[in-house]
Amino acid sequence: MAELAQLLEEWEPVIGLEVHVQLATQSKIFSPSATAFGAPPNSLTDPLVMGLPGTLPVFNRGVLELALKLGIATASQIRAKSRFARKHYFYPDLPKGYQISQYDEPLCENGHLDLILGGQVKRVRLQRIHLEEDAGKNTHVGAVSHVDLNRAGVPLVEVVSAPELTSAEEAAEFMRALHRLVRWIEISEADMEKGQLRCDANVSVRRRGEDRLGTRTELKNINSFRFVQNAIEHEIARQLRIIDGGGRIERETRLWDASAGQSQTMRSKEEANDYRYFPDPDLPPLVVDGPTMGAVLRTLPELPAARFERYVRGGLAPDDARTLVGERALADYFDAAIAAHPSEQGAKTLANWILTELLGALNAGGLSIAHAPMPPDRLSRLVALVENGTISGKIGKEVFEESYRTGEEPRAIVERRGVQQISDEAQLWAIVERIVANNPRQAQEFKNGKDGLFGFFVGQVMKETQGRANPVITTDLLHRALGR
Amino acid sequence: MSLELWSIAEIAQRIHAGELTAARVLDTMQARIQNVDRELGAYLALDGDRVRADAAEIDRKRMAGEPLPPLAGVPVSLKDNLVTEGLATTAGSKILQGWIPPYDATVVARLRAAGALVLGKVNLDEFGMGSSTERSAYKKTRNPWDTSRVPGGSSGGGAAAVAAGLCTASLGTDTGGSIRQPAAFCGVVGLKPTYGRVSRWGVIAYASSLDQVGPLTRSVADAAAMLQVIAGHDPHDSTSLPVPVPSYAQALTGDVRGLRIGLPREYYEGLADAEIRAALDKTIAALVERGAVKVDVTLPHTQLALTAYYIIAPAEASSNLARYDGIRYGKRAEATDLLSLYMKSRGEGFGPEVKRRIMLGTYALRSGYYDAYYKKAQQVRALIKADFDAAFEQADVLLTPTTPTTAFRFNAKATPLEMYQADIFTLACNLGGLPGLSVPCGLSSEGLPIGAQLLARPLDEAMLLRVGGVVESAVGLAGARPSGVGGI
Repeated sequence: MAELAQLLEEWEPVIGLEVHVQLATQSKIFSPSATAFGAPPNSLTDPLVMGLPGTLPVFNRGVLELALKLGIATASQIRAKSRFARKHYFYPDLPKGYQISQYDEPLCENGHLDLILGGQVKRVRLQRIHLEEDAGKNTHVGAVSHVDLNRAGVPLVEVVSAPELTSAEEAAEFMRALHRLVRWIEISEADMEKGQLRCDANVSVRRRGEDRLGTRTELKNINSFRFVQNAIEHEIARQLRIIDGGGRIERETRLWDASAGQSQTMRSKEEANDYRYFPDPDLPPLVVDGPTMGAVLRTLPELPAARFERYVRGGLAPDDARTLVGERALADYFDAAIAAHPSEQGAKTLANWILTELLGALNAGGLSIAHAPMPPDRLSRLVALVENGTISGKIGKEVFEESYRTGEEPRAIVERRGVQQISDEAQLWAIVERIVANNPRQAQEFKNGKDGLFGFFVGQVMKETQGRANPVITTDLLHRALGR
Repeated sequence: MSLELWSIAEIAQRIHAGELTAARVLDTMQARIQNVDRELGAYLALDGDRVRADAAEIDRKRMAGEPLPPLAGVPVSLKDNLVTEGLATTAGSKILQGWIPPYDATVVARLRAAGALVLGKVNLDEFGMGSSTERSAYKKTRNPWDTSRVPGGSSGGGAAAVAAGLCTASLGTDTGGSIRQPAAFCGVVGLKPTYGRVSRWGVIAYASSLDQVGPLTRSVADAAAMLQVIAGHDPHDSTSLPVPVPSYAQALTGDVRGLRIGLPREYYEGLADAEIRAALDKTIAALVERGAVKVDVTLPHTQLALTAYYIIAPAEASSNLARYDGIRYGKRAEATDLLSLYMKSRGEGFGPEVKRRIMLGTYALRSGYYDAYYKKAQQVRALIKADFDAAFEQADVLLTPTTPTTAFRFNAKATPLEMYQADIFTLACNLGGLPGLSVPCGLSSEGLPIGAQLLARPLDEAMLLRVGGVVESAVGLAGARPSGVGGI
């Protein structure tokens, strides 16, 4: 059989993702029960959640606000009047025998999600974003099955991408971008381990240059960034091998088994459910009016892709900008530090300090940026002390460490420890002259071309000044004193 | 006349005046149920401790001089598709056998808060699917006018109980005529309010876009008193209308002068029964005599109503009944795997008519056929609504027969379609979301009641009560009482 890489030259993978995101509301989408992860089984239920006869859904308007944030953040068209529909199938975790979802009149359509790929923004179209309720959870203990309905009725948005991702890496990046965005606009914790962000992938391959899509398979249960990438890579390879062996791809749903690193047929096309969608007669159309849109618009922050581009325009390396926008709190920290910084040119330096010193210290202590003991304005003042030559970069790192640990103001630390940098040329010249005079042999060897000795002289000056000598001026003066 | 046949006002006034205790009302009614219901078959479940405590509380309040609520001490029954906390609720189906609800339907809570004494739950066609109460999985309810005949349905238990004096009033539900048709068959007043006028929270759904709760009573005034208590917005029901409720007692003016009574041609052309025709003619004449004006109107899409109804109602039913899976409550069959658990629980739990409608609805909603069936039926529904809108430009109220025949005998309807046709005059009202009232307007030569149906503009229940009150006093049953069971 041909090598995978060779096949990929001829065949193009096409991937579309369907991502479910739990919305972080206090109560469920159609009833007053609380939403929480990890509560005792069936403690977050009510007659509606249990699907008792006679119960009726009442839409939680708080859900709409969160969904609209995502709709606007993805530049989607928002339907002024969308509709809930019933999607029918039998399963013990689905108490009503149908899921309330949206079908032919979803809340959002034709939006896009911006991915940051290779230092650039790639725009992926979103076919739709619709609202629905989550199902409960079945667990099987030996021969006994248990149903926990705590999750039933938790609000979800389903985000459906256009089939225009072309590799497993892009698909994983789509998930990361969506994860970043929903956390950024504060509509979901999107913790994949808690099932707050879940992904199904539709995967097909077609000959390069062909417009028509190939037969797709649907992959379910790929609930980590790594699984998304592994499962899709695996599926692309599986399909290519079948085609290479002269076979045909069957339309089917496959379940990813992460521990085995394999997928298995879950149901074939023949076994597919007929969901019998129809508009839910218990719920009036969902109306979005101008004031509602306006209120949501006012709460939306600058979005990660826009901020990435602003940072790159401001002179940051794309990799640094990408890291900074990885999390809203980090980007906000950076912006706050810049705002507190006296000079316009500090962005790059501040970014370096944040990405190396601050993140290093936070990681070492297992802290998140939101709980950083060093507020952005203080870091900014410390960086200013380095930039204006009050202290050296090396001393700056020591001051950072102490200020981070004790909360003391950097300037106070510098003054107490007497570690201000010596930038006075006359004072440094006297020291340099004395050291050159005291080391005539080394001076001569350096003049004869032994370059490595320059470091010896710098070291002597630093030793003399306890590291406080301004390194730039020192270098300059040493060259002058040594004659090369 | 004995307590069993008193009106709401008579009971309430006597209790208020201290001439009657709620406990005595309860004892009397429970004794009558004991004596008569074995033959009538109206009740599926009787309350005990709860209703006794409620009666005692009313009597305590009166003794203490505290204000009494409007229905204090009024004995009522509830169709068994209305959810009652702590009292078995079956919807007439084996699949809900043994289910004790943990909550009250809004209408039940409102009745209890108004001081009504909930005697028990009354029989119905399984999940409201039927027109004779013969489709109950539990028992046969007889028509108190002639026990060889059905009481109508699906609210047949309530209509029979009200007619026979086994409660003062009953709450039924009406999806395609299920309050009005049994009311006509049993010679009582049945009111289906405007869709959204009364909360559906706690009403076991048959067809959600058509179901509505309403009263069955022995008088129009009693219907007004019951509606007053149950009507009004409920935040638990997204389809309930957030509009104020007028005073219905004030609607009973007895004055129809100048009102335009519309007679829809299609309803009279399709009427084969000469005695019903004659009773309607007499009713029209009585209204005209009292100053109303008769106008001929047309509802051209009437003949499509039955077809549209039997797409929409089964489609919604197939969805609403999906929750009965044997997992959480009700009947669970013995099975070794999930699929057979579903198939056996539902196979054993649902009766044949319910299964028929689930299959009809499942067929209508299947992928690729939605447009041809459900959507088309909704378009027909819009035409039917438009017909009514046009008719109400010419008329203030429409007057039609409630049913094409009087009460039929048990097992008289050989095919489902024959049974479906028992509702031809009542279905369109539900499709249009209008309020409708059936009021007795005479007896046939066999001594069976005949009902006149009044239809009004959405939310104009007051108009129905106003005209219905005049029909009742001018024509009515002229004091005739059912003689079939335990005469009083």
